[in-house]
Amino acid sequence: MNTLYLAKRVVIAFLSLFIVSSLVFGMTMALPGSAAEIILGTQQTEESVQQVREEMGLNRPLHVRYLDFVVGTFTLDWGQSLVSDQPVVDLIAPRLARTLQLALFAMLLSIVIAIPLGVIAAADRDTIVDTLITSVSYVGVSIPSFVSASLLLLFLTTPPLDLFPTGGFVPFSEGFVPWLRHLILPAVSLNVIIFAYVLRQTRSSMIETLESDYIRTARLKGLTERSVLAKHALRNGLLPTVTVLAINFGWMMGSVVIVEEIFSYPGMGRLIVQAISERDLPVIQAGILVPTAAFIFANLLADIVYTYLDPRIQLGEQ
Amino acid sequence: MMATEDTTSTFGGIEIPDIVRRLLTNRKVAISLAVLIPIVIVTALGETIAPHDSLTTDVANRYAGPGGTYPLGTDNLGRDLLSRVIVGGQSSLLLGFGATGVSLALGVPIGLIAGYAKGRIDEVLMRLMDIVMSVPVLLLGVLILVALPSNIFNVIVAVGAVFIPRIARVTRSATLSVSEEPYVLAAKARGESTTHILFKEILPNVTAPIIIEGSIRVGYAILVGTSLSFLGLGTGPPHADWGYMIATARLHIYQTPWFLLWPSLALLVTIMSTNVLGDGLRDVLDPRATEDNL
Repeated sequence: MNTLYLAKRVVIAFLSLFIVSSLVFGMTMALPGSAAEIILGTQQTEESVQQVREEMGLNRPLHVRYLDFVVGTFTLDWGQSLVSDQPVVDLIAPRLARTLQLALFAMLLSIVIAIPLGVIAAADRDTIVDTLITSVSYVGVSIPSFVSASLLLLFLTTPPLDLFPTGGFVPFSEGFVPWLRHLILPAVSLNVIIFAYVLRQTRSSMIETLESDYIRTARLKGLTERSVLAKHALRNGLLPTVTVLAINFGWMMGSVVIVEEIFSYPGMGRLIVQAISERDLPVIQAGILVPTAAFIFANLLADIVYTYLDPRIQLGEQ
Repeated sequence: MMATEDTTSTFGGIEIPDIVRRLLTNRKVAISLAVLIPIVIVTALGETIAPHDSLTTDVANRYAGPGGTYPLGTDNLGRDLLSRVIVGGQSSLLLGFGATGVSLALGVPIGLIAGYAKGRIDEVLMRLMDIVMSVPVLLLGVLILVALPSNIFNVIVAVGAVFIPRIARVTRSATLSVSEEPYVLAAKARGESTTHILFKEILPNVTAPIIIEGSIRVGYAILVGTSLSFLGLGTGPPHADWGYMIATARLHIYQTPWFLLWPSLALLVTIMSTNVLGDGLRDVLDPRATEDNL
């Protein structure tokens, strides 16, 4: 049954990808100001614009370009950048790798810090610790990443606390410490909202679990509160957090546009912003599509993890 | 949520329906309204209440700190920060409420139809909503604003569109739970039109979850909208909103921190109070509901 369910989910994931690629194609068609005009700048004449459009393949019929794009989505071939003449996939691959490093590092931060804090808040419900943790999370969910990023820059990269570089990226191969130093501020600002959100979700689902009957039974058996929490409540209480982490991954894939721009981090987000300002159509299209695809497959992964973690769920049987 | 005769109390001789009293005695609702209402009033008054003209430059007093003629200091062109924050709030708040209005106007009917029709129509509509939700929020906003010219109206539409699926989902699940209620079946038996059943029978009975979701969305709409204008895809100068102000301030943090701090604080307090309001509304109107999502 699970195999059938998973097969269905995989089909839906690919169908979504197809529809999203059509959506992206349709909307970018309306893009004002053509790349040809921007490249030529003040030099343009009617003829030269036509010639450049011809070279770029922009004069082909719409349906041909649409088919090209949708097929390209599945074969990773989105043609050439209009500005740099490189294949789009070559532009995207290294930047996607850097963005994923950033996003996964941010995710790791929220897993190792937010989940434990959420569990503590739930276990010590309505104490001063809980109130403190939940108030912090209230502030967290309300800070847009461009605000947290700007504030981090203001306080941690200027004297007296000149602790981090203001931006850029150093590959892991050039040493762990420089790599980490460049990653921390963007990861933290990417993370503030998600951190708070994971914390709240963990807290509320743990509270729900701790009030359930089987936990009461475990307590009545005379188990210590610690072992009730560790052996019985955690596994079920953390299930919804898996889904939340997948949703948050999608949120991050959008927020990198902002965070990477602020920290001059050479990833997907910066690529998109730059492509928009240059009207580099193929790069814009693929640049929006690739993070969306990453999100679609992250959701699929979360579904799979979910079914394995919770044997009670037989999703295929509805 | 109907008020009956024994659920009203009086306050200074004025009858207050029970639901209002319960809302106002909720700590979260009371505190957030006490913060939010003054913010809305001050921003709505805008130029009439601002101590200076928000566009007048004073080059001799660039990057001034708080105090003196300029209570919160000045920006890179010597403009009064307090006045700029007050006036800039207009587009930020308009965006929050406007975008939520757009997503309610489209999301609620979609949810009502899906939940009432069930079956294939429901399946198709909800799949479609799932697919729209699979595009990361900010990228969808960017995508829409790349296609449309940037002005406050289009930003409202773009941010509103982003949140349609979430409103539709909430409305649908509430509709599903009341669609077999006797009053709906009775209306069907009377031969009422589908429009009448959807909007006159079902809608009044699913308002609680919609109000809760809507109030949560206001904060997110402000967050996403200001993020877009931070990227230069929103309302530009001279009447810059908080997002654009922060984008400019970021370039001058070595000259003055205040330029960055005040609009950030305004944004944070506004978004936070709408979030707390949403939470409080949920506690009162729908105590069994679970967490929201991004």
